Amino acid sequence: MTDIQLNSLYQQLILEHYRKPRNRGVLEDRTVEVHMRNPACGDEIRLQLKIEDGVIRDLRFLGEGCSISQASTSMMTTILKDRSLEEAIALTRRFTQMMHGDRAAARDRALKDLRALKGVAKFPIRVKCALLGFDALQEAVRQTRSERGGTASAEAGG
Amino acid sequence: MSGTGAATAPLQSPVLDVERVRRDFPILGERVNGYPIAYLDSAATAQKPRAVLAALRDYYESQNANVHRGLHELSRRATEAYEAARTTVAEWIGAPSPSEVIFTRGTTESINLVATSWGSANLGPGDEILLTEMEHHSNLVPWQLVAKRTGAKLRYLQIDGDGRLILEALPGILAGGGVRIAAVGHVSNALGTINPVREIAEEVHAAGALLLVDGAQGAGHHRVDVRELGADFYAFSGHKMCGPTGSGALWVRGEVLEEMPPYQGGGEMIEFVRRHESTWADLPHKFEAGTPNIAGAIGMAAAVKYLGGVGPEKILAHEQSLAEYALEALGEVPGIRLFGPPAAERAGILSFRMDVAHPHDISTVLDREGIAIRAGHHCAQLVMERYGVGAMARASFYLYTTQEEVDRLVKGLGTVRSIFGAP
Repeated sequence: MTDIQLNSLYQQLILEHYRKPRNRGVLEDRTVEVHMRNPACGDEIRLQLKIEDGVIRDLRFLGEGCSISQASTSMMTTILKDRSLEEAIALTRRFTQMMHGDRAAARDRALKDLRALKGVAKFPIRVKCALLGFDALQEAVRQTRSERGGTASAEAGG
Repeated sequence: MSGTGAATAPLQSPVLDVERVRRDFPILGERVNGYPIAYLDSAATAQKPRAVLAALRDYYESQNANVHRGLHELSRRATEAYEAARTTVAEWIGAPSPSEVIFTRGTTESINLVATSWGSANLGPGDEILLTEMEHHSNLVPWQLVAKRTGAKLRYLQIDGDGRLILEALPGILAGGGVRIAAVGHVSNALGTINPVREIAEEVHAAGALLLVDGAQGAGHHRVDVRELGADFYAFSGHKMCGPTGSGALWVRGEVLEEMPPYQGGGEMIEFVRRHESTWADLPHKFEAGTPNIAGAIGMAAAVKYLGGVGPEKILAHEQSLAEYALEALGEVPGIRLFGPPAAERAGILSFRMDVAHPHDISTVLDREGIAIRAGHHCAQLVMERYGVGAMARASFYLYTTQEEVDRLVKGLGTVRSIFGAP
């Protein structure tokens, strides 16, 4: 195997998360659940979060799909526990930048294991696979904020 | 390979000269990621031979004008070429008359035309439309739409574990007396199954219903004779049989077509237009509103002539021998799951999964070696549901596919295993 781009796409860390996903399962005391599907390819992620006072207390996911979508979601969940919704959004933004080839983002330690996915940027067709879990996360944040209505906007203002 | 041809006589007959065929397809000389392209995605769209490219160019360079309108010379040429294309396409599928062949954008539009025009005139509450779990979305969704509008109900023939339709259930469904039309694929794009359309036609007709055949994967691969098949409607695409994208056709049995109301309104499909109503042009023009895809029809006819020159029997035999070879070779890949029937019952379409890697990952790895396959649900989500999977990988073959390309596929799956296999 001498394909550098392919080696960089399928780093050991990615394959390891794919084979042994972290935080995979059902979260009984969840406050929000989002089922995100990529209609083009059938990949799916069911993301469950327990969010209290604007903080992700716990999270789990179930999913079916390619190594990139499942590994990126697994890596994402390892970072988000006890993080605020604002931090979750910032992480999404930083990861998306890396997917669009931003080199500074690819060196950002805040992305932790997710940095192993930087090679995906060279495979534009696969970028949406890598973003599937983050799409679910964004939707969960949106739902949580809109459900709380007035409180949410008060917090955002504070 | 050294020239010992006489000693090792080819086993399959009739034999297609693949190397000669390949020279007709300029794109097969392309390189992808440093490798010669191994295009194993012909079920999605076929590559185009020089004869088709030349016909398109010739049309635009020496005939282009609108059809059935102008009285000038170019319009006459364009009209003549367009109608000659209709005759060529009609002959290809054994249609009794070119006036029963409507040019469309492809199989999808052909089926939508039938569902909308025939469906709205003939379906009502209590009527049933019989589909199969094997159908491509283009032979499902148009029927769902017309069912919603008319109050008709959808019934389904199921698939067995080997990718065959469970025909034993057909008499029971038809005995209910509600089925007005059945819509069945000639060849499954997801499983490769060649369906026994003739048998189905007999039973459907005996129950007083009509049969639409989705020929998207059939028309360019078999010698199709719509009367022998017993179809009432045959829908197919130009681009899947070496023609241009955006070209396609629908054949409708004359007596059925006579009674069908127009599909779309516009120019070309009218006879006289008054303030509040109009009268319709003769068949088939009544169903071709607006300026048609003239170049597309001409290109499709050029494809038909090309395939006719190669010989549809040879093409099918070649595809089936490749399918047989591939089934055996892929069957030896550890951890592979093959879908669909045995080689004798299938066209050159082979779907599979691997235990270690998802179809997308398989496709990405193969692409790096210049091998193009399809990965996903193949617009057949009911098939995915039937087998409890979200996606499949699919290799599909055509007249220009070589055994060596199948070998490269098998080798590529070895690369997939070396990356994804347990450490």
